[in-house]
Amino acid sequence: MHYALFISTAVGYALSFALYLIFLNTGKALTGRLGTLLLAGGLVTHYFALLERSRGLHTVPYHDLYGSMSLFGWLLALTYLGLELYHRQRSVGALVLPFILVFFVAAHLAPADKLSPPDAHGPTFAFHVALSILAYSAFALSFVLSLLFLGEERLLRNHQLGDVVWRLPPLELLERMSRSSVLVGLVSITIGTALGFLWVDRLSDKYSFYDPKYAITLLVLLLYLAYFRLARTTAWRGARASKLCVFNFVIVFLSFTVVNFYLSHSHRYF
Amino acid sequence: MEIVLVGLNHRTAPVEVRERVSFTAEQARRASEELRSKGILEETLVLSTCNRSEVYGVPPEASRECAPGLSTFLSEFHAVRMDVLGVSLYHHYDREAVRHLFRVAAGLDSMMLGEAEILGQVREAYRAAHEQGGTGPVLNRLFQGALEAGKRVRTETELGMRPMSVASAGVKLAERIFGKLDERSALVLGAGTISEQVIGQLRDRGIARLFVMNRSKERADGLANQYGGEVLPWGDWERALPVPDVIVSSVATEEPVLRRELVEQAMAKRGNRALFVMDLGLPRNIDAGVGKLYNVYVYNMDNLSEIVAQNRHARENEIPKADSIVEQHVGKFLSWQASVELAGLVNELRTRMREERAQFIHARVESIQHLTSADRAHVEKLMDEMLESLLLEPAQRLRGEKDLRRKIHNVEALRDLFLSNREKP
Repeated sequence: MHYALFISTAVGYALSFALYLIFLNTGKALTGRLGTLLLAGGLVTHYFALLERSRGLHTVPYHDLYGSMSLFGWLLALTYLGLELYHRQRSVGALVLPFILVFFVAAHLAPADKLSPPDAHGPTFAFHVALSILAYSAFALSFVLSLLFLGEERLLRNHQLGDVVWRLPPLELLERMSRSSVLVGLVSITIGTALGFLWVDRLSDKYSFYDPKYAITLLVLLLYLAYFRLARTTAWRGARASKLCVFNFVIVFLSFTVVNFYLSHSHRYF
Repeated sequence: MEIVLVGLNHRTAPVEVRERVSFTAEQARRASEELRSKGILEETLVLSTCNRSEVYGVPPEASRECAPGLSTFLSEFHAVRMDVLGVSLYHHYDREAVRHLFRVAAGLDSMMLGEAEILGQVREAYRAAHEQGGTGPVLNRLFQGALEAGKRVRTETELGMRPMSVASAGVKLAERIFGKLDERSALVLGAGTISEQVIGQLRDRGIARLFVMNRSKERADGLANQYGGEVLPWGDWERALPVPDVIVSSVATEEPVLRRELVEQAMAKRGNRALFVMDLGLPRNIDAGVGKLYNVYVYNMDNLSEIVAQNRHARENEIPKADSIVEQHVGKFLSWQASVELAGLVNELRTRMREERAQFIHARVESIQHLTSADRAHVEKLMDEMLESLLLEPAQRLRGEKDLRRKIHNVEALRDLFLSNREKP
């Protein structure tokens, strides 16, 4: 059952990617709509794959590297789908789907490595982790959108208009999509972090209060708040804000990898 | 059920001839009626655009014989001597006429390859002819097929996707930056032909506000009134530059109109909101340094002309795909045409066989004395059944097999073969 769900999810995402790519190349509306439908289908089967696995292992998805990466991929897909529907823009799909696919497939290749179980489970902890991963995926999406903005902006500025530029979303729409994505990330990380502190507070007799993850999360929060504020100012509007967004994601990436694996003692996979 | 087309277009006739042979809506109606009342055509449709005048029709007899009459009619109708008109006219029949129309509707025969307007013009010509009773079953089917083919080419190929003029390329580029222009404003410097073309494009794309600036206020007023814009006094840069998202400049000047410092100050006032500048003047109207400013995108005539050339090349690459769609629809129409003609032929053959059978019975069977009238009736019935069974299978196959209908190119030859001593219907 789990294998069937894995295959259908991978096929759904792969076909969706192919259709988004064709849509980017040809601009056929029907192809784009089918891409969205298959992405939605992939999301549903991906959800059941996560659920099935969690039930089988009697644990939450983020308990190991596999689950954490897979959940990240799922939330990335969900955030993208939300943005696509909100902004009615499908041209970015071809650039986001590869990330979703990579995370989904790479999760299967991840080494078997589990966290020691936390002393207390419960909805507070679950929401803390889920919202944190949602924030990471939203920031990842804004990173892709900002890179796209910078690439398109450079092509337009240098008068290098190839075939694809006519198909990409307008620069201002990319900016708006990136801001929306960052907003989703900011809200999620704020609530998620607050819930994390709440959870730790309840277990303060068992956990040391300081974790390097706290500092880097605070830094990420401040950097994205700065982006959100600066992106509309005279000096930063446009390419500069997008560069800041790209830089911010480098910090998020460091937080998700180096800090989690080597510095933090309680945030190995989220 | 032949189809004939006589016409001229931008490839065969110079503009002086084209404008003399073009039809107004009223002239098209009158010509169509005359052609039918004179018995030259049974169904007629006149398609007249700025680049072509064509008459499509279904003649009452073999099409090749009616084409000269149609040419003469056009010459007389427009009072253009035949020696002037004759060299510009082309005649197409049946398959070629169908293919020509479908290519026209697809924009493949247009002066500007893949232009969108022609499909609307074909639709309008068909609507008018249909309302005036000029079209019948053949032209109805033909033009419905042409519209279908044209629509498919537009949606399934990139033939009409990219801008093909400097003005439209510039406006499309502005959309790459701002998206829809319906909440944007534009400032146009100059009131000449190029400015007017760009304003037309901006209005077509729904620009919200339009400002016109020109040294001669009269011309600026004229343009602003025509397109619903506001006139700003020439040189009032402080007021004019901070507002628009798009600036179009096409002014005859030796010195740049917009210097870097001027635009830099304006950008500060507008909070560095993106600014798209189309410099369509020669010599250039915009200082080269303006393009280096943050969030300012400057495109001059050379940049835009290069885009147009790239787009033309890209459109040309789509021709084989578009032609293949056209061929599918030509095949579909010819198959329908053949099915109708063949069904008629089968019915005629059936009538002919029944007559032959009656003559045969009369000549041979009635002379056999021992047959009663009941026997003769029985023989007649048996012969009828045999004739029906002979015709039934071919008739069913003709109805059901498209490929078979396509293979039968010349229904007239079949008619001559089986009904040779009869008058054609």
